Order: sequence, then structure tokens, then C-alpha cells
Amino acid sequence: MNTVDLQHVAEEEQQRQQQLNLRLFLCYSTPCLSAGAERVKNALDGLCDELDEEQRPTLEIVATGCMGPCSRGPLLRLARCDEPEEIYEKVTPEMACNIVRAALAAQSAAAEPLPSDFPFFACQTLIALENNGRIDPEQIIHSIARGAYSSLGHVLHEMTPEQVCNEITRSGLRGRGGGGYPTGVKWELVRKAQAERKYVVANGDEGDPGAYMDRTIMESDPHRVLEGMAIAGYACGAEQGYIYVRGEYPLAAARLAKAIKDAERRGLLGSRVLDSSFNFRIDLRVGAGAFVCGEETALMTSIMGRRGQPVPRPPYPAQRGLWGFPTLINNVETFASVAPIMREGAEWFAGFGTEKSKGTKVFALCGEVVNSGLIEVQMGTSLRDIVFAIGGGLPDGGTFKAAQTGGPSGGCIPADHLDTPVDYESLQALGSIMGSGGLIVMNETSCMPDVAKFFMEFCMDESCGKCVPCRVGTIEMLELLTRITDGSAMDEDLQTLEDLCHLVQETSLCGLGMTAPNPVLNTLHYFRDEYLAHIRDNRCPAGVCRLDQVPLLKLPEHAEQLTIFKEEH
Amino acid sequence: MTKMPSNESATNEKSSHELKLQLLDKALKKCQYQQDALIEVLHTAQETFGHLDEEILDYVSIQLKLPPSWVYGVATFYNFFTLEPQGDHVCVVCMGTACYVKGAGDIIARIEQEFDLKAGTTAADNSLTLVSARCLGNCSLAPMLTLDGAVLGKQTPDSTVAAIRETPATTSVVSEETS
Repeated sequence: MNTVDLQHVAEEEQQRQQQLNLRLFLCYSTPCLSAGAERVKNALDGLCDELDEEQRPTLEIVATGCMGPCSRGPLLRLARCDEPEEIYEKVTPEMACNIVRAALAAQSAAAEPLPSDFPFFACQTLIALENNGRIDPEQIIHSIARGAYSSLGHVLHEMTPEQVCNEITRSGLRGRGGGGYPTGVKWELVRKAQAERKYVVANGDEGDPGAYMDRTIMESDPHRVLEGMAIAGYACGAEQGYIYVRGEYPLAAARLAKAIKDAERRGLLGSRVLDSSFNFRIDLRVGAGAFVCGEETALMTSIMGRRGQPVPRPPYPAQRGLWGFPTLINNVETFASVAPIMREGAEWFAGFGTEKSKGTKVFALCGEVVNSGLIEVQMGTSLRDIVFAIGGGLPDGGTFKAAQTGGPSGGCIPADHLDTPVDYESLQALGSIMGSGGLIVMNETSCMPDVAKFFMEFCMDESCGKCVPCRVGTIEMLELLTRITDGSAMDEDLQTLEDLCHLVQETSLCGLGMTAPNPVLNTLHYFRDEYLAHIRDNRCPAGVCRLDQVPLLKLPEHAEQLTIFKEEH
Repeated sequence: MTKMPSNESATNEKSSHELKLQLLDKALKKCQYQQDALIEVLHTAQETFGHLDEEILDYVSIQLKLPPSWVYGVATFYNFFTLEPQGDHVCVVCMGTACYVKGAGDIIARIEQEFDLKAGTTAADNSLTLVSARCLGNCSLAPMLTLDGAVLGKQTPDSTVAAIRETPATTSVVSEETS
């Protein structure tokens, strides 16, 4: 297939779709499925069979990936020719059939669609997620009709690798996995590296609890990721790519495997991609459940079939990565942003966002919020807009207490800072990080020391055990936090905890250990009074901790034993 | 802890064991006995055998010409691989942040109490394996869990226990994807 064929196929499919009278997009992602999307699909299929010969060919049901507002599922999007689209929430089989019957008879349905200016959709800017909910991710033709691989064709035939790197640099795209390293600079480093072979790796090991952006992108629009990787391969001079998917995401792995096969069959991947001299193969690697594999060096050792333990940097992967060859490693979401940049131009992308953080960011908004789901907003959107406009505020009249970003490497942003623009620098200034994009809203029933303890337990569990500060430090920090939450802590423990946090932060080998103390330091900074209430007043303001233990030294008989113990040794 | 088939159905199980080994051999051939493909091979082994016992690990180490310690090291490093046979049902409770904030801890505590086991172990009567996972990526369904691979969202301790009790005991389809 060459670029002309590709365009031809795309136009043919577009024409076919335009001729349809009615297209029904049913969200078929896990949350909607669990809310009953499958029953809706069966009912609609049944309805389809009942239609007469004339009507049936004018109707199409598309099982799509995630549409966004997961808490309102199952979602049904109705697209009629010449009429604005309508989205219906919480669709039941009967309701769906009524809606479709009414639409076919050109009447207005009994059920009300979501208003067209529904803030959940109106406040978003879709770039990485633009195809989500509009294509069947298992049908490559749907993706092609929406322009997939056209950017790749353009890049292969009209641009040099250097120009591609420059374009990415000028767009201001930064790593979406959390680090925020300028993507163009990274590409340029790998491009300039002299080596016999080079590799491109997509990091889909999304381990942060409360984050599922990468899963949704891989499940809902796999070709977008593959195209981004191929463009990166061309720009860096790599012929082999690996996409590393978390073991917990079997559906994403299956969809990607199918997408790779489909793309290879059509000559969009493999040898002589789109009739150029560029060869690019992508292989899928499925992880086996280790959080530390999200760290780039650990991820690479895991791809090589070993224990996923990090190695010291430098040398950076761009210099010596997989099997010692220069390796470009980017997050899945970063790759998903590449194709639109090449299509619309760097200036267009740089037009979104703030001075230092360009473009958009996908967030998984969840926790105590009315509209939980997947959103994509411009960088610099305020937290208040995200939580209250898009998220619809807290349910049951709850009060906003904090928003947790960045998972176990991030922190909690308190209510005073709700107007902070969300970008890399502002979040860092608040002691949190952008992270991969999990955003969990907490109300007043969340106890901050308990949340810190939760993350510390996570880090302790997931520490790979290679370096001492992380392996031992996380256990000790967890012990101290446990004492704070069970009531047996003393004033001194708080000081010990803080000292230990700084020590682990400064001396750990990889990002996991270096950022493990962040949730503690951050909550200590903003919610110190809560810690003090636990220690001094033996009281948990949120009413979560039981505080049923007594400090050892407060029991006279124990104190005595302790002194004896000390004297003996 | 090699799990050997017991008395009468021994011959039957023996042949099924050989069949499974053939599947493993196929996977080994597919990756051309490359040592770097160890994780993929272990994935296949876990899928076919349900768990990785010493015999299988030894077999893999001989086939890939890797030291047994290396194979054992990889198999124990990743949470996904389990060295113990799983129960009739596998319940994976998500303990991601969103689920935790919404009370997944209570669900685990309740299951532990009802079925008399600890998270990460199998009940004595082999009826249930309880695993706590680090975010299964379905945060809008919090608190969520998977029971034999099926996703159950917005759970309470009561609804979970009821769901486990209601699932017929005959299904021995162990969900490999989610542990």
C-alpha cells in the first residue's frame, strides 16, 4: 500500500459512512460493559434484524472505545447525517431501542440526550483522544477513515528525520509519563547516536494506582500509538519497536496485537512501510505485574526477559538501552500525540497550553467526583475547572479536601490551591507532580496520614530491593506511619519520619525510591495539623484511623523494661 | 511442592500434563529458545499449567539453558507468576487509590473473615484464592474487583461475599490475566 492507496481507502470508507442514515456508537469499554453495554448491544442487534430490507443497510452499530464519562455509562452516541450528534447516558436496552426507533422515524425520542454544551465535553480539548468513542478499535478501516497513518505517509515521503525531530521540538511536546522531559530533545539524542541498531519503546506499563489513560488509549485507538511509534522510528533511525503493556491489561494487549497484525497486512508496518525504504517492526511485550517496570531502565531489563530492576543512569537509554543499543523510550500518551502534531503542524500544537507546558494532557478523573472518567484538557486548566466544571463537583454535598495527582510519586493538593493551573511546573511547585495523569478527588472522609500510609505500603511492596535506601527506608517509613495511624507515635517520630524521607529521596537509585517519600512530605506540608492531631490529641479528624494503640513509652512498666533493656546491652 | 496426579485418574491427567508440556514446547520453539524470551515463556507456562511449580521452572531453565536460579528469580520477581496452585475461584480486589478511598480495604477484610484466609493466599478447602491488586485501571468503577476474570464494579463487602458464594463451584476457569 502506498500513500495514494491509503487515501483512496480512507475516502472510500468515509463515503460509505456518509451514506449511512444513522450511525450508533456504543461505548464498549470495561466500565460501560460492566454497566450493561453488552445487553444494549444485543438489544440493538435484535432491533436491527427486525428492520426491513430498506432500512437495515442505512444503519450501523459501532462498538467503540471509551467515550469519557465512565460513571454515566453505558453511553450511546447517535450520529445522523445533517444533524448534530447526540449522546445518551445510562442507556438501558429498552431505552436504546426507543431512541433508535424514534431516530429512524425522525421523531424526538422520549429520553433526553446530554445537553450539547454539557461541561464535561465542552471544557475538553481532544487531541490524543480525538478518535476515542468514534471508531471500532478492532477495525483498522475505521482508523484509516479518520486519518490514521496519513501523517506517517507524509513524514516518510516529505520529511527528513532531522525535520521530524525539529518539528517535535518546536511543538513543545513533553513526556507524558510524568517526567516531562522534552520529547524532541530525546528524539534528537537518539537520532544523533551512532549505532548499528536502535530501538523505539512505548511505555504502556501504567502502574500508578488511579491512572488508566494509557490503558484507554491502547484499547480505544491502538493505531494511533503504532503510528506515533513508527514516526519516532523513522525520526531516530530505528527499525524495531517494542510496546510494553502491563500484565493487568489483557484487553489492551489483545487489541494492540490485532492492530499490529492488521497494519502489517496492509503494509503500514513491517518492511517498506507505505512504499518507502523505511522498515519498522513492532513487537508486543506483556509485563508480569511489577510497578518498578514503569521506570525506563527497569522496563528495558524486563523487555530483555530479566528481573525488572533499574540500573544507574547515565548511561541514559538514548546512549545505551536495549541490548546496549540507543533506545528511545516514551510513554504511550506521548506517542499518541505525535500523529496530530505531524498532521497539523508544531505551531498548532504549541498554541495549546501554557508557556512551558504545551498541548493537552489526559487525566483519569476519579474518586469522590460526580462525573468520573477520562478527560483531556489543555495544559494550564485550573484544578477547579477540572474538578467542579468537568467533574461536576463532589457527590452527596461532600466538601473538597484534596486532589491527589501523580500516584505514589505525587502528592495531595489542598483546597487552597484549587486555582492552580495544572502544568508540570505549577504542580511541582506545590510538591506534587503531573505524573502520568491520575487525579483522585478526596472529600473530608479521607485521612491524610492514612493516604500517605497507603502509598508508602504500595512503594514498600513494589520496591525491587536493589538499593538499600528504598528497600529498607520504605519499610521504616511505613512503620512510622503505621504508628501515627494506630496511635502509638510520639512527637519524635514525626522528626524521624521527615529525616528519613529526605534521606530516601536523595540516595535512592531510581525514580521509585526518589519519589516514594513525596506523598508523606507533601501531606506533612499541607496537613501537618492532621498528623499532630493523631500524635498529640490521639484523634483522627477524618474518623478513619482507629488509634487503639498506646505509645510504648507511656506505659510505666514498659518504660522500665526499656531502661533495663538498654542497660544490658 | 510438585503437584502429582492422584491414583485412579492418573493416566488421564498424565496425558493432559504431556499435552500441556507440548504447548510449552511450542511456545519455546516460537521464540527460538532465546533466553530473552523468558518472560513470554513463563506467561505461556502459567496460562497452561495455572501455576509454576519447580518441575516447570526446571524444565524452562533446561530448555532455555539458563541457570535455575535465574528462572526462579524472574518467576518470583513478578507478581503475575504464582508458584502455588490457585483455588477454584480467584478473586482479585483492586487496591488502587480510587478503590482504596472508596473502601476496598473493608471488602478485603470482610472476605478474609468470611472465608478464613489472608489476602495473597488460598483458603484451606481450596475454594477461593484472594489477591489484592495494585490498580486494575477501572477507577470509575471503584471499588472494583474481578471474580474469575469477570469485572464487578461498585462493590460493597456484602455484595462481594454474595457474588463469591453465588458463583458456581464447578467453574475452575482460573483467570490468569488478573492476578
